Amino acid sequence: MAKSALLKSSIAKKVAMALSGLFLVLFLAQHFFINMTSVFSADTFNSISHFMGNNPLVQFVIQPILIVGVIFHFIMGFVLEFKNNSARPISYAKNNGAANSSWASRNMIVSGSVVLAFLLLHFYDFWVPEMVYKYVDVSPLNETRYFHELAEKFESPVRTGLYSLSFLLLSLHLWHGFNSSFQSVGFNNKYSKSLHTLGYAFAIVVPFGFIFIALFHHFNH
Amino acid sequence: MAPCHSTFDFRLYDFQTKNMKLTLKIWRQKNAAAEGKIVEYPIDGIEPDMSFLEMLDILNDELIVKGEDTVAFDHDCREGICGMCSLYINGEAHGPDRLVTTCQLHMRKFKDGDTIFIEPFRAKAFPVIKDLVVDRSSFDRIQQSGGFISVNTSGNTIDANTIPIPKHDADRAFDAATCIGCGACVASCKNSSAMLFVSAKVSQFALLPQGKVEAADRVLNMVAQMDAEGFGNCTNTGACEVECPKGISLENIARMNREYLSASLKG
Repeated sequence: MAKSALLKSSIAKKVAMALSGLFLVLFLAQHFFINMTSVFSADTFNSISHFMGNNPLVQFVIQPILIVGVIFHFIMGFVLEFKNNSARPISYAKNNGAANSSWASRNMIVSGSVVLAFLLLHFYDFWVPEMVYKYVDVSPLNETRYFHELAEKFESPVRTGLYSLSFLLLSLHLWHGFNSSFQSVGFNNKYSKSLHTLGYAFAIVVPFGFIFIALFHHFNH
Repeated sequence: MAPCHSTFDFRLYDFQTKNMKLTLKIWRQKNAAAEGKIVEYPIDGIEPDMSFLEMLDILNDELIVKGEDTVAFDHDCREGICGMCSLYINGEAHGPDRLVTTCQLHMRKFKDGDTIFIEPFRAKAFPVIKDLVVDRSSFDRIQQSGGFISVNTSGNTIDANTIPIPKHDADRAFDAATCIGCGACVASCKNSSAMLFVSAKVSQFALLPQGKVEAADRVLNMVAQMDAEGFGNCTNTGACEVECPKGISLENIARMNREYLSASLKG
């Protein structure tokens, strides 16, 4: 089979969507563990953040891959949504989607769009100032600035609220997306039930953990 | 001998004997090119033990008496095995009951005074021919592209029963083969994806030794035809599995994905 045909096929797109999603899940997990250290120890958080922010492998290899992964996942998500909507030109007068599927599974584009909007805010809040600090202003290295930068951001109740709301939608996105990714790559066997439990646990623990971190810094400022 | 006691508790059953009065909201469309619309039909005297299609037969009898055009709908065996009947009833393919086709759906699933929406299966790949009848020949073309095995029938045929097949595989293959190709999966999927149907047709052979020879070509050709027909992409909502009258499992879609990836990479 021609490689171009493979890349255009519905299954290839589905697998690409799943793999990029699983990659983002891994990123989310490490981001969660690093941020959680800020609750227990400012020093630990500072030293890990300093390492992540100044390690050439993280900065110039992993970070670009991550950005490409995020952009790919979102563009592919919108492309697939458009194609899928065009596969039913006339809608049903009455459709009972709740009878056979979860809200989260039917509204990945809604939860995904909220997460995208959140990411833009998040980049504006943290990533852009970080890039300006390091590569535009070329400010001196400061290993202790990270905790205060984090804590200051959550002083604002509006930002804390927006972040918390976004994490709720992220939870719904993961509720379907985590397990769906494994089904897409062909993983459906006797271990699937355990994997589903892990997926649902991840979809609750990580986003609500992020909400906890935001609220913790908001109320302890 | 111990006395015989009946354990049947009549209170657990809702014996609905009263005839029902219903309001039907049915999609009417003169032909494939015409624009359709929902038309309301009040109907009375419907018995709870009638099948859904009998109820439509009664409506059509009334329409004939009035000199109106009857409602066109697909049906054939009326015992749930041919895959001909369809209908999207109150927002669900084959109606609110589980593991049944429309012809096996009974009016006792509805209540006196109910309004029932009856629409055709909707998908770009299932264009409406008339009223509730849709063209599902896209499924036939998918089957023709690879949903078969090539066997020698010149007199040297090997009896399939002499080929040893693990019980587990035989059961899974048989489960997949129970797909009647009705299209409820496409109708229920928010993306109009045909992956459950195609995966069942791929799986029924992929699990058996007779299907191994053409396995790669089969999955590649069937998926290519599925995409060419304009079906949407599967996003794993699972609606197809819930609404499938034969209970075809999502496990088949995962198997098809594996078969497809493996066939593609072998190139």
